[in-house]
Amino acid sequence: MRLLANLQQRLFRWRSDGTAPLRLGQRRIFILPTRAGLLFAAALAVMLIGAINYNLALGHALVFLLAGLGLTGMIHTFRNLFGLHITPGRCTPVFAGETALFPLLLANDRPTTRLALELTAQPGLPVNTALAPLASATVAVPVTASRRGWLELPRVRLASRYPLGLFVAWSYLQPAMRCLVYPQPLHSPLPAPSAESSGGQYSGDGGQEDFAGFRLRLPADSPRHVAWKASARDGGQRPLQVKQFAGGAELELQLDWALTDPGLSAESRLSQLAGWVLAAEAEGHCYGLRLPGQEIRPASGGRQQQLCLETLALFPT
Amino acid sequence: MSTDATEALERSAVPWLFATALVTTAPHVLHQPNWLSALTGLILLLAGGLWWRNAQPPRRWQLVPLVVGACVGIFVEYRTLFGRDAGVGMLLVFMALKLLELKGKRDAVVVVTLGYFLLLTHYFYSQSIPTGLWLLAAVVVVTATLIRLHGGPASTPPATLRYAALLTVQAIPFMVVLYLLFPRISGPLWGLPQDAHAGQSGLSEQMTIGDIANLALNGDIAFRVRFDGPLPDRQKLYWRGPVMEAFDGTTWRPLTGKRAAERIELLSPPLTYETTLEANQQRWLLALDAPAPLPAEFALNGTLTATARQPVTQRQRFRLSGSPDYRFNVDEDPQILLRNLALPPDLNPRSRALAASWREAPPKQIVQNALDLFAGQEFAYTLQPPLLGANGIDDFLFQTRRGFCEHYAAAFVVLMRAAGVPARVVGGYQGGEANPVDGYLVIRQSDAHAWAEVWLENEGWVRVDPTFVVAPARLESGIANALPAGEPLPGLVQVRAEWLRGLRYRWEALNNAWNQQVLGYNPQRQRELLSRLGLSDTDWRGLVTLLGAACLALLLLITGWTLYHRRSDDPARRLWLRALRRLTRRKVNCPPWETPLALLRRLETECPELAVPFAEVAEAYLAARYGQLPGDLKILRAAIARLP
Repeated sequence: MRLLANLQQRLFRWRSDGTAPLRLGQRRIFILPTRAGLLFAAALAVMLIGAINYNLALGHALVFLLAGLGLTGMIHTFRNLFGLHITPGRCTPVFAGETALFPLLLANDRPTTRLALELTAQPGLPVNTALAPLASATVAVPVTASRRGWLELPRVRLASRYPLGLFVAWSYLQPAMRCLVYPQPLHSPLPAPSAESSGGQYSGDGGQEDFAGFRLRLPADSPRHVAWKASARDGGQRPLQVKQFAGGAELELQLDWALTDPGLSAESRLSQLAGWVLAAEAEGHCYGLRLPGQEIRPASGGRQQQLCLETLALFPT
Repeated sequence: MSTDATEALERSAVPWLFATALVTTAPHVLHQPNWLSALTGLILLLAGGLWWRNAQPPRRWQLVPLVVGACVGIFVEYRTLFGRDAGVGMLLVFMALKLLELKGKRDAVVVVTLGYFLLLTHYFYSQSIPTGLWLLAAVVVVTATLIRLHGGPASTPPATLRYAALLTVQAIPFMVVLYLLFPRISGPLWGLPQDAHAGQSGLSEQMTIGDIANLALNGDIAFRVRFDGPLPDRQKLYWRGPVMEAFDGTTWRPLTGKRAAERIELLSPPLTYETTLEANQQRWLLALDAPAPLPAEFALNGTLTATARQPVTQRQRFRLSGSPDYRFNVDEDPQILLRNLALPPDLNPRSRALAASWREAPPKQIVQNALDLFAGQEFAYTLQPPLLGANGIDDFLFQTRRGFCEHYAAAFVVLMRAAGVPARVVGGYQGGEANPVDGYLVIRQSDAHAWAEVWLENEGWVRVDPTFVVAPARLESGIANALPAGEPLPGLVQVRAEWLRGLRYRWEALNNAWNQQVLGYNPQRQRELLSRLGLSDTDWRGLVTLLGAACLALLLLITGWTLYHRRSDDPARRLWLRALRRLTRRKVNCPPWETPLALLRRLETECPELAVPFAEVAEAYLAARYGQLPGDLKILRAAIARLP
């Protein structure tokens, strides 16, 4: 087994391709006949015997033409991959249990189409694409995210049988790409706002109760807080404004590791916290996160949610 | 991972499979029984209907009666399931049935492979130029189907067909190299089925009156001859087939049994020639009378007919020689002479009585008497003789007096035998038509002929052709001119229009070249080619090495052709280079390494009048080449047009 692994390592030179764009050269492309190709070869052998036996001159010619067709088909299958440019993209985080999508930008610098390109990172999850002449396309390669944390893109097999299906050409891609996987959220009722937080030093900042004025909208602000009416009045001429509130200290939530069910496993407790973060954000609360050794100040909005989920995803256990 | 086996077949790919089935099965309509063609067509229609209505394919067990029915039908038709025709019939039915059970891509690949296989079977029936061209087109269609199967819907029909044609064109060099250098083996490798060479007609081994007249309606080519020297006199061109000595009242047959070798005395120098004999299922070579000297691989059968060891089951080429003037068996075995006097008793009394009255005359006079009889009375040469009764010769000589060459030969021999002169009937061909395009003499089935031989003291067997007396034109210019107008003849033979005849000569010369050069490429031709290449002593190992090297070189060449691609293929860059050429014409130095913006900055100081229009070009080029929406070249083109 180790010998085989060693051999594969030598032959296919599996190693990370880094984050730089890569071009498929002839040393990266492998080609072998498919089952259909073997069937074709067997049919040709039978036809040749028939042509010899019946002394069919044109039968010989037909068999030789088809053999030549097989060979040119091999060249064209190789060409379908040869010179393809692949640039790794950036992936968006997903929750555990979902499918992570690793975008790869495939660029065709040939004046011919490249059809039926098949990318597989995980057996059973192939994705097909085709490239027009001198065009590029982004392909999201799916991988099932089963555990929280960083998910490295496994080795991707880029294969093609086009045009004749008698040969399969393939190449192994290993761009350094990883996707952050958040814990799978466990939905449970939010904990009561903790008493401790009500008198905290952050009270009054970013609350949701009393209107306190406008400020410019930042990308992290929830669209819910945008002063749409004010914006509509001036006909959208000025940048969007966000209503600012004061107070609301009693709804400030502290999502604390200690509040989770201690009977659960550590992973489940993280899942519960992730569920809380989603629920708190959905209900528009101001929330913070407290984990053993880490603390995030209460806030709200997409950035806060992202920060909390990232912390949960990467929390060492 | 998805494989062909599990992958579903797209609905829109199915019409391609029907196209494959049609182009590969359709020409077989000509050779298969009608019921089988109809069955195949019906199954295809059924499958097409199912596809049209997007219905479920029938289950396996529902197809069983169809399969069994077709097999039984084929067995009843051919008495076997494995012969050539039966095998082709089975393949046709299987092809049609496969289209009824298309589920996955694998089924589709099977259809395509079967299609390729079916293409081969057409060559059992014809290897002519039209067949070759049709099958080349069929290869493109079948290959396009394969491309469509693997390319998915993005593979549009015109693009798919173009791609298939490109692949086929690239495959042709391989075909040529393999055809010339692949070590040729003369088949067959094992016994061929009974019907391997069925359906080829020609002269038969026995003669019933009326046989040759039927053959005269057949314009097929029997053989072609090319003389080394000039073409001999047409009247001397007797191509000898079977010699028939036994007569039972209706049919003439060769005598069986061993005979002494011929004793031939040649009176003129032999003419050497090459003959290309079409398959006729007989052993005789139809050599020029008298076939001597004969190459060692052939033999004479005792009656001066040159024969091969095996029946001629496919087109073959021999070198032969013949001497038109000869003396043959001056000392004949008395037993043989006796048998050449035998007549069925009680038949044809009037002919016998007539001949008996000549008995006293010398044999030469008897021969002359009979010829005078044919020449003097109202005898006519026709392809449509009236029917004859039991005393056929009497009816012919004394009542109908209308007949074809076999009537005259048979009547003449009967008269000779009755008069005591040993005589027999010889079958073969007479004359031929010289093709001015390639110089070959073409002998057709319609040139089939029968004549007589009589044995005379001190002269041996002498050829006498009574037809010559009745219709001299038959020997001088061929059958078309010998027959009265209005007689049916094969279209090609009776053509008299000059231009049409020229066209026919050209077409037949082309066919002959195809037969000789392409179809006739055999192990011997291969050796000749190699020796011309300076590789005379090459065994099969050397041949395989040569073949491998040639194929490898071709593979590299085609790989290079396929992969070669210029970097400047980017259209924006091509336009940019055009703009630079414009600048060069205005005496601006444009080194290739300068970036567009650097060039622009330099222009602003060096020739400011160019800088303003060129700024537009540079901006449009950068947008087209590196912008968010690459490929928009209109602005760039317009900007270049505005350059002074």
